[in-house]
Amino acid sequence: MSFLAKYIGQKVKRTEDPRLIQGLGHYVDDIKLADTLHVAILRSPYAHAKINSINVEGAKQAPGVMAVYTGNDVEGKVGYVPCAAALPELKVPKYPVLAQGKVIFVGQPVAAVVATDKYKARDAVDLIEVDYDPLDVVTDPERAAKPDCPVIHEEFGTNVAFVHSAGTGDLEAAFKQADKIVSQRLNHPRLAPIALETRGVLAQYFPGEQQMNLWSSTQIPHLMRTQVAIMLGIPENKLRVVAPEVGGGFGSKLNVYAEEALLGWISMQLHKPVKWIETRRENMAATIHGRAQVGTVDVAVKNDGTLLGLKYNVTADVGAYHQLLTPAIPTLTGLMLSGAYKIPAISMTCTGVFTNKMSTDAYRGAGRPEATYLIERIMDRIAQELKMDPVELRRKNFPQPSEFPFGTATGLFYDSGDYDKALNKALEIVDYKKLREEQKAARAQGRLMGIGVSTYVEICAIGPSAATPAGGWESATVRVEPTGKVTVLTGISPHGQGEETSFAQIVADMLGVDLNDVLVIHGDTSIVQYGIGTFGSRGIAIGGTAIAMATEKVVAKARKLAAHMIGADEEGITFENGKFVGSPTDKAVTLQEVALSAHVAHNIPTDFEPGLVATHFFEPKNFTFPFGTHICVVELDKDTGDVKILRYVAVDDCGKQINPLLVAGQVHGGIAQGLAQALYEEVVYDENGQLLTGELMDYAVPKAHQLPRYECDHTETPTDVNPLGVKGVGEAGTIGSTPAIANAVIDALGPFGVQHIDLPLRPEKLWRAMNN
Amino acid sequence: MIPNNFEYFAPTSIDEAVKLLEKHGDDCKILSGGHSLIPALKLRLAAPAVVLDIGRIKELKQIKIDGNTIRIGANATHSEIANSAELKQHCPLLGETAAQIGDQQVRNRGTLGGSLTHADPAADWPAAMLALNAEIVVRSGKGERVIKAADFFVDIMTSAVQPHEIVTEIRVPKPAQPNAAVYLKVPQSASGYAVVGVAAQLKINNGQCEDVSIGVTGLAPKAFRAKSVEDALRGKALDEGTVSAATAKADADASDAMEDIHASGDYRRHLARVYAKRAVQTAASRA
Repeated sequence: MSFLAKYIGQKVKRTEDPRLIQGLGHYVDDIKLADTLHVAILRSPYAHAKINSINVEGAKQAPGVMAVYTGNDVEGKVGYVPCAAALPELKVPKYPVLAQGKVIFVGQPVAAVVATDKYKARDAVDLIEVDYDPLDVVTDPERAAKPDCPVIHEEFGTNVAFVHSAGTGDLEAAFKQADKIVSQRLNHPRLAPIALETRGVLAQYFPGEQQMNLWSSTQIPHLMRTQVAIMLGIPENKLRVVAPEVGGGFGSKLNVYAEEALLGWISMQLHKPVKWIETRRENMAATIHGRAQVGTVDVAVKNDGTLLGLKYNVTADVGAYHQLLTPAIPTLTGLMLSGAYKIPAISMTCTGVFTNKMSTDAYRGAGRPEATYLIERIMDRIAQELKMDPVELRRKNFPQPSEFPFGTATGLFYDSGDYDKALNKALEIVDYKKLREEQKAARAQGRLMGIGVSTYVEICAIGPSAATPAGGWESATVRVEPTGKVTVLTGISPHGQGEETSFAQIVADMLGVDLNDVLVIHGDTSIVQYGIGTFGSRGIAIGGTAIAMATEKVVAKARKLAAHMIGADEEGITFENGKFVGSPTDKAVTLQEVALSAHVAHNIPTDFEPGLVATHFFEPKNFTFPFGTHICVVELDKDTGDVKILRYVAVDDCGKQINPLLVAGQVHGGIAQGLAQALYEEVVYDENGQLLTGELMDYAVPKAHQLPRYECDHTETPTDVNPLGVKGVGEAGTIGSTPAIANAVIDALGPFGVQHIDLPLRPEKLWRAMNN
Repeated sequence: MIPNNFEYFAPTSIDEAVKLLEKHGDDCKILSGGHSLIPALKLRLAAPAVVLDIGRIKELKQIKIDGNTIRIGANATHSEIANSAELKQHCPLLGETAAQIGDQQVRNRGTLGGSLTHADPAADWPAAMLALNAEIVVRSGKGERVIKAADFFVDIMTSAVQPHEIVTEIRVPKPAQPNAAVYLKVPQSASGYAVVGVAAQLKINNGQCEDVSIGVTGLAPKAFRAKSVEDALRGKALDEGTVSAATAKADADASDAMEDIHASGDYRRHLARVYAKRAVQTAASRA
């Protein structure tokens, strides 16, 4: 691909922002249809209970109430909430959109009230009487796997949903040859994704056409269309799913929830549009959670720091049911267990268990933060045991740039990397040598200063199709309209990433047109060709590439017509800055002129199809593997355990950057979430399965004043996985940051001989560690 | 917000509000800044038949210095208090406390009277009110009643304000040494409420602690005066040993220690001791 890069690589401000900042965007709740009815959902107050009876008569009589539905009404009519992930011998319980016979987590939908406004709907919910028999509750995932534990899904006779093994290499030999075996038990707390916009659904059924419009705050409109069509038994092409403005997802909207099919079904019953907007409390209880693994890692190591083998035995907390990708998430942990290091033998055994809690699924990073956290944490433990500098230990085990593509014992081939380069840059920025001296001096004064390093690598650009449940490619259509304006239809479904801007940058440069002449359309299945959606840091690397390839096809087609128009040979024509210039004639036509001519079609070659449009479905040949080094410097208050972050340096390598401003935004936001995972966030259920962090008064989303100043830089190691040389950056900050902060805090506690403390590193835990 | 149905009144004078309270007081909630009431309505933890919005009563807004008394209308926002030059001059502890409440949006709406009446055991204001020996003025059909801060906080989420009463004013005696004061808190990481907060007001004469009052919030089911600490400081020189020994009793007057997912009771007690020491030392250094 050769073109003049006018926009690519520039810090172009997001074209989305003016409308969003002014409150002019349209989220699901901003879409108002005449005669809309409103749905409120009665949710289970119990984590595990038998439903003896439900009396909806009072609710039905309430003012404004049009209908009340329970599990009995939808049984056999609405399909089960889908799980698209497949594992050998995976147990998939039937997940009804409204509870049938029993409830198995707090927040599970039990009944739906439909009324003329949302207040009446909500009032009537309080009039529904449910007779429950509480049952024994299972919240501890490790207990869930034990034989004497109560079973949540009786049909399976066990709470074990799957056992997944991964890895290759002679582990036994590795552990035999080892000078030392370093082990650590680690907990990855359950987290809530907390998109700023909660979920919401608006369904509009047309009984005459037997078609449906379904607006949903989702990351995957096309996948949702397929799944909801199956659930409702309507033809897929008669269902239009629209993801309008979507206010964040972080993986939580990479899903198909009960409410989407339920609302669709209700609209089919009542022949009216129906709307449901999730409250924040519902969002905390009934939108997927992330992480939630607990396990032990053992590493075989030589005295000189050479890693020989790694074993990870882990229990993954599935929650009550599988959501769309639940069982697939820990498999990503397994894939990334080699981290940025050469480890000849790796094995993971992961036991997925059902508990009486909300399902876990993809949350920013999705399985990879777990891998990075555990390997970066154990690297510090190894350094501690071997009395080595943690930086030197890491460096010693890096694959060298010449070793790429680098094959891991988990079966991956890392596309490209220069881990030393990013590490060195970060060390230089933070002045590591001097910092360690400062730390010595601080310790001599009784101050608790800590330095944490994380040299992460992650897996992005998810696809390829072979590695995903429902296609890992992405689609794009690029169309030059008769007036020369350019319309791009992408299967990617941006929900805050800014790809209306970055995609337009690619197309504008390739076509030599103004950025404002490119319109990127996404999220509407009746406008956009089938696509996969936004998750796994795939937008630019796969979606952007599909757009670039479709644009190339458009240029190739336009070149044909341009040659015809100026009477030159196609081969001799150059295309630059929006102009086709002939050789040797030197005559030129603009892209706009070609576009008009292609549509008017008065003078086109005989074999030329009118119009100027091309579609490309891009199938990547591999994942991409961005990497980087994050370094965090902290000081602890020795009286209270309070953590103060003194420095935060992040050097990330996501390959070529289309828009450095957007890259920085992704890195900043990612670090904020990773930092919050390290210090603040944890979804807490009590032993009865009651959600104690049911609102933002108790669940600590990071606020600006809790975040440090970020010192960001980058290296650029291109990839040949895609022609743009881009890797993806949506999750890197989240993945790289958590261990840097945890390592810094635990390093600060070095004088107390502390080896490990589980996340979140709340001050009280640190204070106790100092006083035990 | 999807609350239960309620009737809404927006009186423009205290007299009008008092009349409405006489009529509806048994099942009425007063809406001031709304930062406690609206979340409760939203979660349907509160479902009053009547909501009385006092935001339009201008007399409840004023902040003035009246001889030796600072008078703050119940509806003054945290922001107004934080930004008042007069208060900064005569009693900086008020502004320092106000500035640490919630975030800017909360401070722009939340009010002193509303916060006090809600009696959240982790709110910031109670500590300062206790340290300043403030008085809370309430009105009802029966007339006016003045309640000392020490008697105002009854229990968790329970103040001395009765259903037919409205808080009109907070009176703070001008401190003798306004600068010899501080409010220090450990904010809860999610809500910003105080895990523990300590307010101290000192009077220092010739290097001796002539008087001291310390309010502690967040630790116990209600904010309290750390009398044991005060007694151990009064009349003494504030050297390191004296302050350490005295503030080691910072939790002694707590009726109980609260426990939740954010901090255990033991840790809260410990924080109260650490922060009481820091508060006394900081206030002394500002004298």
